[in-house]
Amino acid sequence: MSAVSALTRLTIGALALAALTACAAETPTSSNGANGTAVPQQPGKVAVAASDTECKVAVAEVAAGTSTFTITNGGSKVTEFYVYAPGDRVMAEVENIVPGLTRDLIAELPAGTYETACKPGMVGKGIRGPLKVTGEHKPLNADAKLAEATASYKRYVKSQSDTLLIKTQEFVDTVKAGQIDKAKELFPISRTYWERIEPVAEIFGDLDPAIDAREADLAEGEEWTGFHKIEKDLWITKDISKDGPVADKLLADVKTIVEKANATELTPLNLANGAKELLDEVATGKITGEEDIWSHTDLWDFAANLQGSKAAVQSLRPVLEERSPALVKTLDEKFAAAEAELGTHQKGDGWRLHNELSKAELKKLSDVINALAEPISEIAPIVAK
Amino acid sequence: MSEHISRRKIFGLGAAGVAAAGAGAIAARSLLAEPPVVHASSTSGAFPFYGEHQAGIVTPAQDRLHFVAFDVTTTRREELTGLLQEWTAAAARLTQGRDAGASGAVGGPPEAAPDDTGEALGLPASGLTLTVGFGASLFDDRFGLAARRPAALADLPRFPGERLIPEISGGDICVQACAHDPQVAVHAIRNLARIGFGKVTVRWSQLGFGRTSSTSRAQTTPRNLMGFKDGTNNMKLEDDDLVRDQLWAAAEDGADWMAGGSYLVTRKIRMTIETWDRTSLREQEDIFGRDKNEGAPAGKKNEFDPVDLAAMKPDAHVRLAHPTAHANAHLLRRGYNYVDGSDGLGRLDAGLFFIAYQRDPRRQFVPVQMSLAKNDPLNEYIKHVSSGMFACPPGVRDAGDYWGRQLFA
Repeated sequence: MSAVSALTRLTIGALALAALTACAAETPTSSNGANGTAVPQQPGKVAVAASDTECKVAVAEVAAGTSTFTITNGGSKVTEFYVYAPGDRVMAEVENIVPGLTRDLIAELPAGTYETACKPGMVGKGIRGPLKVTGEHKPLNADAKLAEATASYKRYVKSQSDTLLIKTQEFVDTVKAGQIDKAKELFPISRTYWERIEPVAEIFGDLDPAIDAREADLAEGEEWTGFHKIEKDLWITKDISKDGPVADKLLADVKTIVEKANATELTPLNLANGAKELLDEVATGKITGEEDIWSHTDLWDFAANLQGSKAAVQSLRPVLEERSPALVKTLDEKFAAAEAELGTHQKGDGWRLHNELSKAELKKLSDVINALAEPISEIAPIVAK
Repeated sequence: MSEHISRRKIFGLGAAGVAAAGAGAIAARSLLAEPPVVHASSTSGAFPFYGEHQAGIVTPAQDRLHFVAFDVTTTRREELTGLLQEWTAAAARLTQGRDAGASGAVGGPPEAAPDDTGEALGLPASGLTLTVGFGASLFDDRFGLAARRPAALADLPRFPGERLIPEISGGDICVQACAHDPQVAVHAIRNLARIGFGKVTVRWSQLGFGRTSSTSRAQTTPRNLMGFKDGTNNMKLEDDDLVRDQLWAAAEDGADWMAGGSYLVTRKIRMTIETWDRTSLREQEDIFGRDKNEGAPAGKKNEFDPVDLAAMKPDAHVRLAHPTAHANAHLLRRGYNYVDGSDGLGRLDAGLFFIAYQRDPRRQFVPVQMSLAKNDPLNEYIKHVSSGMFACPPGVRDAGDYWGRQLFA
């Protein structure tokens, strides 16, 4: 596991908001106890006790400004912690809190009403609770709202890409260790973080295919690398003994793209178009089962695309609320409908396999995506005004 | 926002000169600066959208078809009526050779997806008509329409030999797009489907590439894929009495909202072309009861000579379907040939997409088809694989009206 800890150090260096701590004993807030009953000792410090069934946030109200949430996972499933503004706009989030671990999340929260959520198993709406932030509310002007939108989405890209690195590392390690069953489990999970932010990755043209090309995408004689090469070996040839170099290259490519993605300046238009592109991905690749033709884990990618699209849209929410409240209402409805339809296919902490879905079930998924993607395509001209 | 110039304004004005006679009929819409064109022989002109009856029924049959059936997915009545209003506005534009939306294929902001898909840019109206109908499945408890289902929209009986595929049958709402240019018909359906996302979903659709009926005496009789002239004795728009008595529904029929409307039956009839082609000419002509070249009824010389049923075989197609065998029941047929590529067994996946309008299917389509299904030797070569029946409401009166307003009033 030395590679993991090396990566951990690297990640800490890169982290701006979500500081990973190696174990619970090292966290400064551990004395608060993980049961969520103790009152934070310092202003702006909030303990969160997460388990498989509970999400105990020590306080229901904080002051406007910077708050640090210290989340301890006392459960048996990997969890995530989110602070949502209305409409599930991600204000701050931390991924991949493995059982026994404590992680800090620093969030900048203006006065308003929010929701906290733990997501044991990393699926679904999560365990929600209200959070009130009090203090002076300073309204932002239009430019500041747009700037905040991109800043908010950049925070999302940052946390997703950090976790992508960790999960890709884990996947690569198991592939190189020849652990086929474990690697099959990790395959759709590591891809989740990739699929949530893929439009940002696609800005860097040649790296996207190196990471995510499907066999059918290749020209004759072209070298095939990335997730799907390993997928075929895991599910079809059942021989990953020669995949070490492919795995190493996958990790190297992911590292490069994560660095580039985080260094890229994004515009509100990037967000709007990215949200649409993610749903295009769903429509063309996931509903047809072409994305993961051997593992049939397309619904993991589907869920991730939908989550990523929502994150981008909701980053723009304050702007949209001002410029087109009717569209916000439509988007809320259509996102909810898409999530509900997808939710019918949840199976444990994962999803049904694509080849287990009937044509009628796939058509319903296609319908909710079409219904959502049309209003999403109306966002770009509104934020471009 | 100022209106973007019509994609086909130039064509439309050009065609206007050809069809100046039609100008008066739609003078009320001159404010819209639309091309005033009503001319059966022009393949580029536009038919009026507004009127007492929907266009696309007695309208001289155009050469191409794109037919679509939708299922309604929203459960909110106001969303459905809102969609019908949006569709009506788009149809009013599209049928006049304009873009589906106000800013059009290229007139909107560059960051926005255009409100028209653009493949008809530069194409004239091409005689496009859009005709809407409501299927029996719409009249359930979702929208409170159960009590408004017309008696004439009764479920069709099962006909012997039919092999209906549910996925390509039925539907809550249909739209028939007919045009002289297939690109124009497809463009219209595509844009209506796009407007409908989230409220309706396409259940099935069908392309047709050659009319198989004439609906006007100004038209020649076309041939079906069996090589025979089809619809020689079809009800035609010039047949005033027949059209009044057997095509348009009236308030006294029981459903007042259908007054001025008509009932549509569609049947996708797959032909086993290859075995038909191996059949002798005499047998082919005996089966139809007409000669193959001229289309003359058995024992006669010319196509439009009066039919002598006694000269035909007892089970000849024409004889079985003839009005005299069914209490003078006529149909207005405007079907299309279709070829959906090949069937994977080396055979054409082809046939007839049958379309018929009438005042009451219980007295018109049903007895005729029951007789054919039981007795027609043509059944050896054909198979009904899809079926649809729709109540097509009366026409849209003006820009303040919309498809189905009377039903939802």
